Amino acid sequence: MVAFIVRRLFGAVGLLLIISAVTFAIFFLVPRAAGVTTDDIAGRFAGKQPDAATLAAIKDRFGLDDPVPVQYGKFIKAIVVGDTYDTGTEKIDCPAPCLGYSFRTNQSVTDQLVDRAPVTFMITAGAAVLWLVAGVSIGILSALRRGTIFDRAAMGVALAGVSLPIFFTGLLSLAFIVHRWEILPAVNYSGPSDNPFNLLLPWICLAFLYAAMYARLTRAGMLETMNEDFIRTARAKGLPEKTVVLKHGLRASLTPIMTVFGLDVGLVLGGAIITEKTFSIPGLGQLALDGVNQSDLPVVLGATMTAALFIVLANLVVDILYGVIDPRVRHN
Amino acid sequence: MKSPKVVTSTAAGIVVLGLGLSACGGGDDDGGGGGNGAKFDAGSTAVVNVSDHKGGVLKFAQPDDFESLDPANIYYAYGLNFVRIFSRSLMTYNSKPGLEGSKMVPDLAEAPGTASNGSKTWTYKLKRGVKYEDGTEVKAKDIKYAVARTFDRSVLHNGPSYFPQLLDVGGKYDGPFKDKNLDNFKGVSTPDDYTVVFNLKSAFSEFDQVVGFSGQTAPVPAAKDTGVRYGMHPVSTGPYKLQGDYTPKKGGTWVRNTNWDPATDPNRKQLPDKIEVQSGLKAEEIDSRLQAGTVQIDLPGSGVQAAARQQILTNPKLKANSDNPLAGFHWYIPLNTKNIPNIECRKAIVYAADRSAMYRAYGGEVGGQVSTSIQPPAVQGREKGTDFYTKADPTYTGDQAQAKASLAKCGKPGGFSTNMIFRSDRPKEKATAEALQQSLAKVNIKLNLKGYPSGTYTNEQLGAPKFMAKEKIGLGTYGWAPDWNTGYGYLQPVSDVDAIVPTGNANAEELDDPQVNKMWDDVVAVQDPAQRAKIYNQIDARIREQAAILPNVYAKSLLYRPTNLTNVYFHAGYGMYDYANLGVTG
Repeated sequence: MVAFIVRRLFGAVGLLLIISAVTFAIFFLVPRAAGVTTDDIAGRFAGKQPDAATLAAIKDRFGLDDPVPVQYGKFIKAIVVGDTYDTGTEKIDCPAPCLGYSFRTNQSVTDQLVDRAPVTFMITAGAAVLWLVAGVSIGILSALRRGTIFDRAAMGVALAGVSLPIFFTGLLSLAFIVHRWEILPAVNYSGPSDNPFNLLLPWICLAFLYAAMYARLTRAGMLETMNEDFIRTARAKGLPEKTVVLKHGLRASLTPIMTVFGLDVGLVLGGAIITEKTFSIPGLGQLALDGVNQSDLPVVLGATMTAALFIVLANLVVDILYGVIDPRVRHN
Repeated sequence: MKSPKVVTSTAAGIVVLGLGLSACGGGDDDGGGGGNGAKFDAGSTAVVNVSDHKGGVLKFAQPDDFESLDPANIYYAYGLNFVRIFSRSLMTYNSKPGLEGSKMVPDLAEAPGTASNGSKTWTYKLKRGVKYEDGTEVKAKDIKYAVARTFDRSVLHNGPSYFPQLLDVGGKYDGPFKDKNLDNFKGVSTPDDYTVVFNLKSAFSEFDQVVGFSGQTAPVPAAKDTGVRYGMHPVSTGPYKLQGDYTPKKGGTWVRNTNWDPATDPNRKQLPDKIEVQSGLKAEEIDSRLQAGTVQIDLPGSGVQAAARQQILTNPKLKANSDNPLAGFHWYIPLNTKNIPNIECRKAIVYAADRSAMYRAYGGEVGGQVSTSIQPPAVQGREKGTDFYTKADPTYTGDQAQAKASLAKCGKPGGFSTNMIFRSDRPKEKATAEALQQSLAKVNIKLNLKGYPSGTYTNEQLGAPKFMAKEKIGLGTYGWAPDWNTGYGYLQPVSDVDAIVPTGNANAEELDDPQVNKMWDDVVAVQDPAQRAKIYNQIDARIREQAAILPNVYAKSLLYRPTNLTNVYFHAGYGMYDYANLGVTG
């Protein structure tokens, strides 16, 4: 198992290197191919009507005139051995893994990621619990009551949930539940010091989107499993129906659900961009979006690599959990 | 994954739907709406909700963030407006409604600058007893240091570059971060603790405006300077001081500065106990909170979004709490003189333009006012002027006969084809371009329209002469607001050949007219403001006579003021409410 984890971690490092190289290329090479000059890029960080001296100073500060491989090499070197950052009045140490400093705010990217990660984690955790519990429960009940009104209604709602994007449900819920009917207060959450239940609305909206998929997935899995021979055997042995359903039926259906769950949690942890934008929550997704909109390469790189890391780690955890959930995997 | 642009557009649509449905319900639940006796547009010309009530928390919100809170590193008007709550400079805009707000008045200085040496030397005497938040007195050397900082464009690259361009430093000067000996900076001298003398390379008569429009003469104590990070905790000389650090993309809190003395500062008030800024809030969410009174000011000050706009204009109670001032921008169409070099061809475009359709594209009466001069009405000494080849009339649909006559003189009686660009994420600009396309088609001038994102438009497309030449762009949609409200502030960047820069170019016409250039060379030495204004009006007329700019509309914004906001008025200098004098009740 240890060798497996180490192998996967090495693979993750390789993946992150590829992702960072691709992000670098998208940021620098693609615009250059379209005719964007380094003056143009420097101009994005200057005030109105920048003169030549200003553009030159910006290019010098951000190293924009260096060949792209050199810039990429500096980026990787800073991650491996750290870097220093010149504020004008002093040089600040940026210990490894140094992801650089924002072109816009001059803040350490690592500090920004560390600051934003708990916010995104809280969104993910709350929503994931909701969507997993609600989705799996509805899926089980639908499978056990196949063809009933409950089953049809639940699957109808599930279809709606999958179909309605977060910016639709989110904005409508804000307009009505917060501003018109004032059932819930405005969403104000910027860190662990704030009340996590301020995130109730984003949790519900995000869970509504994902729970639908889990309900359908669980229902399909349960329908298949409950017709298996071992379920019939369990019932023939006189086991209580609850045990048959939860211990034998659900457990066997959980493997695909766990796979999807791992991917989803990884994706949302990497930045629930639309959710954070809709509800104005300062998490990793909002940070990434701001970085893209403002051509803030260090932030874009940091956010992209963090998102990739979360997805890789979530998958790793799921792989490990396979063995715990499904004895067949463990024995193999 | 959906692109942010798609998400934003769709989101805006959903909000329109959501808020529109809300509006259908009646409008009695607007929270902060109605009831204070104020009328629609009252705040455009007078102070609304006058009150000396102290206390409360004044809340600002913004979708993005300031480019910096270092007063020397800001260029956008809303940032310059906001930093007045904690920073004072030698001169500042008058805190008055109406055109009085466009005038520069002394702030840290006892009086406006004294010009000598043919306007090449400007001397300011400091008020005594002005203190920083820690109680130490502001001295002349702090202002010299603040100005010296602006020479290091690698550290302060967002702010204006007037000082490096205007001051005579006797050679090369790299700023105090690289050259620690401030005596080496010769652009400013300080004969004593209360006198600041600026030494210019050549005469410049509007130097009071240069030192007043931005925060670059706000004193900085050298020992507390943190370079690129100074904006996270700028030292206060104004009525409020930052509590802790400002967190970019999140916000900050300001509390009363007990070392601020109102006796030295007639331009600011200290009414709320606290001022809070929240960044990263969706624009539509800000509009909702404004109407609920839980946020008092939308920081960018450019007006409410489409959904709230509709809601406000159709609900009398909400409308009574809104203002519809001329925002300071003029949305016009620059005609590129390099790609359409023949003046008769340019005149044909101006003649054929359907001003009525273009006016409606900007929202009609609430969206703007049909324009004659390039300078908008808030510019001091601006004259309305005479129309050239068009009419500033909301019903005017163009003169096709004159357009065809000009086409014949241009040598293209059968018309011609050219390219026009616009900001694709700005529906009004797109509608304007389409209206112009339709009206020009009637005289066989074919406009090929192409949209670009606003994030790159002014730097990499319309503002990049190389791009304009390569893509053969004949026209574009554009808007400009002046650095300060004089003809120089407005017209020089958009018409002087010396103002053409490789990126972020505002002279999108690439006008290189000898008459205009000469007037710019001469006017900077004219000391009488009225005489200068006369020349600016001549330049304005000459640009239009050259058919280099097709005037369109002076922009109007729709601003909402919650009823719990006091001392609120539109400030002509900043083109939004004055942020330094607001109070809050309840």
